[in-house]
Amino acid sequence: MQLIPCPWCGPREEAEFHYGGQAHVAYPEDPSALTDEEWAQYVFFRENPSGPFAERWSHSAGCRRWFNAVRDTRTHDLLAVYRVGEPMPELGEKDQVAS
Amino acid sequence: MNLRKPTGGAIDRNTLLRFTFNGRALTGHPGDTLASALLANGVHEVGSSVKLGRPRGIVAAGSEDPTSLVQIEAPFPEPMLLATTVELYDGLEARGLAGQGRLASLPDPARYDAKHEHCDVLVVGAGPAGLVAALTAARSGARVVLVDEQNQAGGALLGVEEYLDDRPSAEWVADIVAELRSTPGVLVLERTTAFGMYQDGFVLALQKRTDHLGFAAPASVARQRVWRIRTKQTVLATGAHERPVVFADNDRPGIMLASAARTFLHRYGVLPGSRAVVFTTNDSAYCAAIDLAESGVDVPLIVDARPEAPARLATECAARGIEVRAGHVVTGTEGAGRVTDAHVAPLGDIKGRGVAGHPDTVVCDTVLVSGGWNPVVNLFSQARGKLRYDAVLGSFVQGEELSSVRVAGSATGELDLTSCVRQGREAGEAAAIATGFTPGGQVPLPVSDSRCTQRSGLVLWRVPGAEDASFVDLQRDSTVADVLRATGAGLRSLEHIKRYTTIGTAHDQGKTSGMIAAGIVAEALGVELADQRPTTFRPPYTSVSFAALAGRDRGELHDPVRVTAIHPWHVAHGALFEDVGQWKRPWYYPRPGEDLHAAVLRECRATRESVGLMDGSTLGKIDVQGSDAGKFLDMLYTNMMSTLKVGRIRYGVMCGVDGMVIDDGTVIRVGEERYLVTTTTGNAAKILDWMEEWLQTEWPHLDVHCTSVTEHWATIPLVGPKSRDVLAAVAPGLNVSNEAFEFMTWRDTVVAGIPARVCRISFSGELAYEINVTAWHGLAVWEALMAAGEQYGITPYGTETMHVLRAEKGYPIIGQETDATVTPQDLGMSWAVSKKKPDFIGKRSFARAENNRTDRKQLVGLLPVDPTVLLPEGSQIVETDRLPEPPVRMLGHVTSSYPSAALGRTFALALVRSGHERIGETLYVPVDDSLVPVTVTDSVLYDKEGARRDG
Amino acid sequence: MTSSVQPPGAHLPEHPDFLWENPEPKASYDVVVVGGGGHGLATAYYLAKVHGITNVAVLEKGWLAGGNMARNTTIIRSNYLWDESSGIYEHSLKLWEGLEEDLGYPILFDQRGVLNLAHSLQDVRDSVRRVNANRLNGIDAEWVDPAGVKEICPIVNVSQDVRYPVLGATYQPRAGIAKHDYVAWGYARAAHAMGVDLIQNCEVTGMETSGGRITAVETSRGRIAAGKVALCAAGHSSVLAKMVGLRLPLASHPLQALVSELLEPVHPTVVMSNAVHVYVSQAHKGELVMGAGIDSYNGYGQRGSFHIIEQQMSAALELFPIFARAHLLRTWAGIVDVSPDASPIVGLTPVGGLYLNCGWGTGGFKATPGVGDCFAHTIAHDKPHAFNEPFTLERFTTGALVDEHGAAAVAH
Ligand SMILES: Cc1cc2nc3c(=O)[nH]c(=O)nc-3n(C[C@H](O)[C@H](O)[C@H](O)COP(=O)(O)OP(=O)(O)OC[C@H]3O[C@@H](n4cnc5c(N)ncnc54)[C@H](O)[C@@H]3O)c2cc1C
Ligand SMILES: [Zn+2]
Repeated sequence: MQLIPCPWCGPREEAEFHYGGQAHVAYPEDPSALTDEEWAQYVFFRENPSGPFAERWSHSAGCRRWFNAVRDTRTHDLLAVYRVGEPMPELGEKDQVAS
Repeated sequence: MNLRKPTGGAIDRNTLLRFTFNGRALTGHPGDTLASALLANGVHEVGSSVKLGRPRGIVAAGSEDPTSLVQIEAPFPEPMLLATTVELYDGLEARGLAGQGRLASLPDPARYDAKHEHCDVLVVGAGPAGLVAALTAARSGARVVLVDEQNQAGGALLGVEEYLDDRPSAEWVADIVAELRSTPGVLVLERTTAFGMYQDGFVLALQKRTDHLGFAAPASVARQRVWRIRTKQTVLATGAHERPVVFADNDRPGIMLASAARTFLHRYGVLPGSRAVVFTTNDSAYCAAIDLAESGVDVPLIVDARPEAPARLATECAARGIEVRAGHVVTGTEGAGRVTDAHVAPLGDIKGRGVAGHPDTVVCDTVLVSGGWNPVVNLFSQARGKLRYDAVLGSFVQGEELSSVRVAGSATGELDLTSCVRQGREAGEAAAIATGFTPGGQVPLPVSDSRCTQRSGLVLWRVPGAEDASFVDLQRDSTVADVLRATGAGLRSLEHIKRYTTIGTAHDQGKTSGMIAAGIVAEALGVELADQRPTTFRPPYTSVSFAALAGRDRGELHDPVRVTAIHPWHVAHGALFEDVGQWKRPWYYPRPGEDLHAAVLRECRATRESVGLMDGSTLGKIDVQGSDAGKFLDMLYTNMMSTLKVGRIRYGVMCGVDGMVIDDGTVIRVGEERYLVTTTTGNAAKILDWMEEWLQTEWPHLDVHCTSVTEHWATIPLVGPKSRDVLAAVAPGLNVSNEAFEFMTWRDTVVAGIPARVCRISFSGELAYEINVTAWHGLAVWEALMAAGEQYGITPYGTETMHVLRAEKGYPIIGQETDATVTPQDLGMSWAVSKKKPDFIGKRSFARAENNRTDRKQLVGLLPVDPTVLLPEGSQIVETDRLPEPPVRMLGHVTSSYPSAALGRTFALALVRSGHERIGETLYVPVDDSLVPVTVTDSVLYDKEGARRDG
Repeated sequence: MTSSVQPPGAHLPEHPDFLWENPEPKASYDVVVVGGGGHGLATAYYLAKVHGITNVAVLEKGWLAGGNMARNTTIIRSNYLWDESSGIYEHSLKLWEGLEEDLGYPILFDQRGVLNLAHSLQDVRDSVRRVNANRLNGIDAEWVDPAGVKEICPIVNVSQDVRYPVLGATYQPRAGIAKHDYVAWGYARAAHAMGVDLIQNCEVTGMETSGGRITAVETSRGRIAAGKVALCAAGHSSVLAKMVGLRLPLASHPLQALVSELLEPVHPTVVMSNAVHVYVSQAHKGELVMGAGIDSYNGYGQRGSFHIIEQQMSAALELFPIFARAHLLRTWAGIVDVSPDASPIVGLTPVGGLYLNCGWGTGGFKATPGVGDCFAHTIAHDKPHAFNEPFTLERFTTGALVDEHGAAAVAH
């Protein structure tokens, strides 16, 4: 079980959190302007890298806040957490998030 | 010969424990394990092997033993325990197993629990290294947890008779334990096995709290406890397991590890037999030989595979009449059950299969084997530490430094006691420093009197010989021949070979066999072991009962039960309940003699003809506030909410981004900046999460706050033509006339003396009021309504009647009429999909090709041509009156189906391909072996004009 | 104490004396199959056997069939809800029924039936709906009441007095289990015998294309030219597809499973329960094999979180109180490729000569023969087989999903 450092509450057990998949996937400005393909990309397609991944978590059994994290999906090591609206922190060379 | 020595060992000879093994009545003493007690009684044959049915004995003295599997029969059946880990108690009944245990047929009466523990330094293993690591960390002020699977601290010292600093080692151990126990913030747990190491310092340990008490175990104390330890630093002082050498017929009872014999001798005062041949590749077995000889066991011979015997030890042996034959090996054994002879030959003479020359045969009833030591690296590997093959030790050892996991003592491969303790001290210091503490008083290193110098041994996996009788995994009956067959079959990876031979898959998970298998494979393939990847060490380190892992989360506590404020009334009035999510909802209220249908017909009739009420408190309720609340709801619902006037109510549908319906409910506008949203019972939490997700991650700029108020309100729909009269009676301050209190509006008022919010909404088509009061007063208001309605025969109804009433009106239930493939349009709710709003969640998906097919499944009504036939819910619908060969084309399925009091017949709702176009058509529903003709109708079957709504 | 009865493990079949060779990769192949799991091996087998295409290499980054194939709980059934799913899973089940003979390998395919329990009234409706759909699709299916459940599996607690009582179950008698390694090795041995090269420790690290067509793969053992490339990489599919710039609608999650020690037979069938998240069978040797719920986060670490196992145990004891003192012996995790509609993606890609088979998530073991056959057909004809035609990548654009999530209880 991972120990996840909620940026509001500090480190808490993974069981308190809800996972939200890839971070920084913005709701399209004007969905009606998108082609079906573009819309499908938004609805169904996500990055799924083996390595550092910018993703969303919600501290659902705690402060109930959503936040972002960069986690290495190979080791499950959390490389960074940051609040919604904050830019992704700078990471080392080897921890670059694939996009 | 009495196999129990008159003195020595940590057993209480003054107390006799009676137990039964394989039906034989035997005795032992407190301090014994089942294994030591069996050996004291001369019993070596414990069970038989799983595939070949060969007798199996006791090989090791601890949890790494591959063979001594027993079934506990009393006090309560438990399968597959090792006799070496069962502490003896009075009345124990056990039997040996053939590799397969038996589950009890009755539920386990014991309790189990779990406890969370946080610490700075966790030390696993209370041997000399672990003790000193723990004490060093404790003296620094760190919070320390020390766990050990044994019932007492001491580790390897428990199995030897040694003096430390000129005192019996037990005293040295006791002093350290005493200091640890008296240090604040230190927790010492015995009978506690760290079985899993997970991420971020999460370690699981199983504590056996009452097993050793047998029948005397108090029922109120949890039998076993899972410790969920979150630690910053871990010191693994997990010791080493002695490794056997494989030779022909090495599986006979009486053949055991040298260290095990020593442990039985020193810890339990038990002799393994009367005449023992010792076969070793290293020094440590000499100590066993000497100790046994001094205890009166006839030790005729030490067979040392090394070309040269250690001079000093050999001299000591000679002094005790023990012959040492260097450069020799045991090549085989004899014996019908227990071993009776060992064959000994020079190692150099052996070529291939069979033994060259004539091996000497030595009569014995015990063969002690030592092939070296395997550091216990299981937990290090579980912590994702890399392992490295050490060719001197012939084993895998820690192959990299980890920042939060340190290894100390013989778990590193170190064999010398003082060095082990030094490592423990260093690890304890480093762990303390890493967690921000300053090491305090240094723990002195003890001086040992051990005669056992630890010269490294010869790495020997097996003695050439009859390969099909040379057992690598004694529990799985896997032999050298099996390993060679696997490599011959083309297999190269240890993982493949493990699967081909099943080596390492038994209860012991290969603790004593895995390394040897790897060695034999490398030899067979002619590769370096350093290039081989060991098979993965998987949790748990030792097996853990299911019940311990389930802990308290069973029965009622498996998942919390949610009940409403009015629940006791429902129980008192005989309601049957339906599980909806975590809620218990009244399903129907049968009167004596009534079944579901009879009760529901009565409830429906009473409601439509006079007045009924139900407990709707489980409906999800979310208070949405803020200056952008309307804008926000406009994005979430398919229809427009921002235009709703204060005081009014609107029904709304929500879709996922994929355009499929996810929920529905009413939205009431409480104020300019405040809405109260209702959700279906089962989706309340999900919808709140949904809202929060959008608000926080997409639209944080919106001024909106959501909070769940589900439990704050008791909600009572009062339904039926007489509902107005009943309400008027209890709410004198409310003008209940249709003109003053219109449909889809709400009023704050007082009902039965309680402040209430009353909404004029209807899920049945009848005149209806939804009365909301604080949950505290829910029961009182319910009772007041019951009293006021008595003259009208007011009838409480449950979810089933609610379902029938709404179905007669064609109102869908999300999750029953929908299944994540249904759009609002499919439900005939295009009217609830705004054409004006530029966007809302799901809107874009409505434009996809699939959404615009004309043959989508749409919600319709079905009337069986025979009005008495009730279609089973979940029935499929076909086009033809005869079934073709499968696959049969299906048009859709029946989502809801009921007998209707109001319609005087049965009816159903269904999703049907091109359903809206098919109204009037006859379709067929296969039921059992017949096809039931049905007429497709509009989904609204009752009061199409809506005449009843206003009373 | 030697007993006269046969030891419990005496009846299990042995593996053959020869399985496969370990050749060096050739410079080029007609078809390169990436991923030596069940699907990759079956695909190679059917390419050779049905289509006569034998200049084929299966490239496996680790040891053959060491991914999900070695880690799954081996439940085989075809009682899925939608017609599209019924088609491919039932095709697969029919192949299972002849597979032991076909491969000449004792795969321990055992049609002991599968019960899918219903715990709520809506579960009951959904279950009955699925049973009816199955029957019309020619798939054996029954709805059984709690007493019937008890009859099929006497150890299930059908008391109505528990937190989530069993209200009934769907039952597919032809469903069952098989031994995963045996299946994989059966395919591997047979494919090898027909000339397929099985290349282990060979990780595909890149792909070359030219003019919109695939031409070669880069591997840890060098470049290998390929006429066609077939991806069978399960949890790693997204990573591979990315090498040609293709995004997939997949998330790779840890999925854990566990076994107990060997126990005398108590569990004659397979029981799955969605509501309490548990699925259990007892393997031939006697161990209880149990699958857990999926770990929520993306993960390639072949490791999940322990609280999932704890939840699993409490769920199991709700249904099977007699398991209380069974012991957890071993836990592990695979990496499952979960698609948005819990259905696979099998077919062509925008890159010529590159074929995709993924998205089987938690339930692709049962599909091994079926998808192997259909995928081989797709590769050989550059056109989907009728059974995998619905499972295109385009369905996420058109909306023609095959949503087995909401509909068909657990997807294993
Ligand atoms: C715990 C668990 C329980 C399950 N239970 C069931 C069940 O009961 N019933 C059921 O039907 N299904 C079940 N499944 C799902 C099933 O195992 C999978 O859907 C199926 O095995 C996937 O196909 P495969 O066998 O080809 O996958 P895998 O065996 O995972 O094969 C993919 C292979 O690709 C290799 N690979 C990946 N990347 C590369 C690369 N770059 N180069 C070379 N090789 C590469 C991998 O090493 C791997 O061997 C379960 C899965 C898990 C994890
Ligand atoms: Zn928080």
